[in-house]
Amino acid sequence: MKSLQEQIAGLDDVLSARLGGTAVSLQPIPGSVPVIQVVIGGREELPIFITASETQVLCICYLWSDEEVRADKRAELLETLLALNPSIPLSAFGRIDKRFVLFGALASDARVEDVAQDVIALSDNALDALEALSAYLV
Amino acid sequence: MSVIGKILTLVRGSAREIGESVVDANATRIYEQEIVDARNAIMKAKSELTGVMAKEMQSAREIERLRKEMIRLENLAVEALDKGEDALAEEVAGKVAACEAELEEQSRAHANYALQVGKLKELIKAAEGKVREHEREVAMARTTESVYRATRSISDNIGATGSKLVSARESLERIKRRHEDLADRMAAAEALDKETSTRGLEQRLAEAGIGGDAERRRATMERIRARQAAAHKDA
Repeated sequence: MKSLQEQIAGLDDVLSARLGGTAVSLQPIPGSVPVIQVVIGGREELPIFITASETQVLCICYLWSDEEVRADKRAELLETLLALNPSIPLSAFGRIDKRFVLFGALASDARVEDVAQDVIALSDNALDALEALSAYLV
Repeated sequence: MSVIGKILTLVRGSAREIGESVVDANATRIYEQEIVDARNAIMKAKSELTGVMAKEMQSAREIERLRKEMIRLENLAVEALDKGEDALAEEVAGKVAACEAELEEQSRAHANYALQVGKLKELIKAAEGKVREHEREVAMARTTESVYRATRSISDNIGATGSKLVSARESLERIKRRHEDLADRMAAAEALDKETSTRGLEQRLAEAGIGGDAERRRATMERIRARQAAAHKDA
């Protein structure tokens, strides 16, 4: 099985080309599982993390933490996220370790072009989601 | 409990705990062993099934052969009787009876093989279901663990590099501000571009003696000449 780094080799160039020359950097994150951070120029605050297990490649964008959700609107937010899920292309809302995320899952043998497409969709969707859902945040 | 049900229990627990023990190494090993065992059982059952199915077909052919043979012998017996060969007919009847006994035996065996085929097919189906379930279970547990471990690495890394996760609102504002800055810069560049091109035009007009500056020079010159003329008159 290829390592994650081998699998997505050249992702920065593919992304940059698709984003009209925007600077894109890849940074491996040390730890017990493979994680690579993707930073897109102009969106440094919303990095995308790519991680792989034997069953899938996951692209994750952290949106906000539990504490940032307005207590009085929490239930409404959760329902809204569930309702939005099917309509958002390629990305879904989730929650990992008390943090709300937007993620895209790909088959473990995804090509670098597939990952690039998912990362771009995720980045656009995340920015869009932050803007659209900020009324639910403190 | 369903696989998702088990994952749910894990996810409801503390995150730290999950990172460390979603996959109880022992439990995983047991599942993996069960998967291997079930796979072996499937392989064995499949090869057994081919054997039994072959025997089933053989017995079916044998039954067919015996039936035909009985008809042939009975016809011969009838012929012998017709010709008054009672002793020969008797002998043939003995063979028919033996055939019949063999046919009964083959039919019993055939039914038995059919039963075994059915049982083996059920067994294979059940074992394959089990493999699928265990594989899903191991995969889900591993995936959950992997995701939580990744999150831990990311949090640790953010802590270690001194950078902090900024709030969503702040992130959004920063990105928007940067975007606005860019838009402003582009608008400014555009305005500047327009201005320089406008100035260029005015310069060319002035050079041709048209427009503000050329006009002013002429007017000033006229005023001066008028003053000079007036001075000469006074003198």
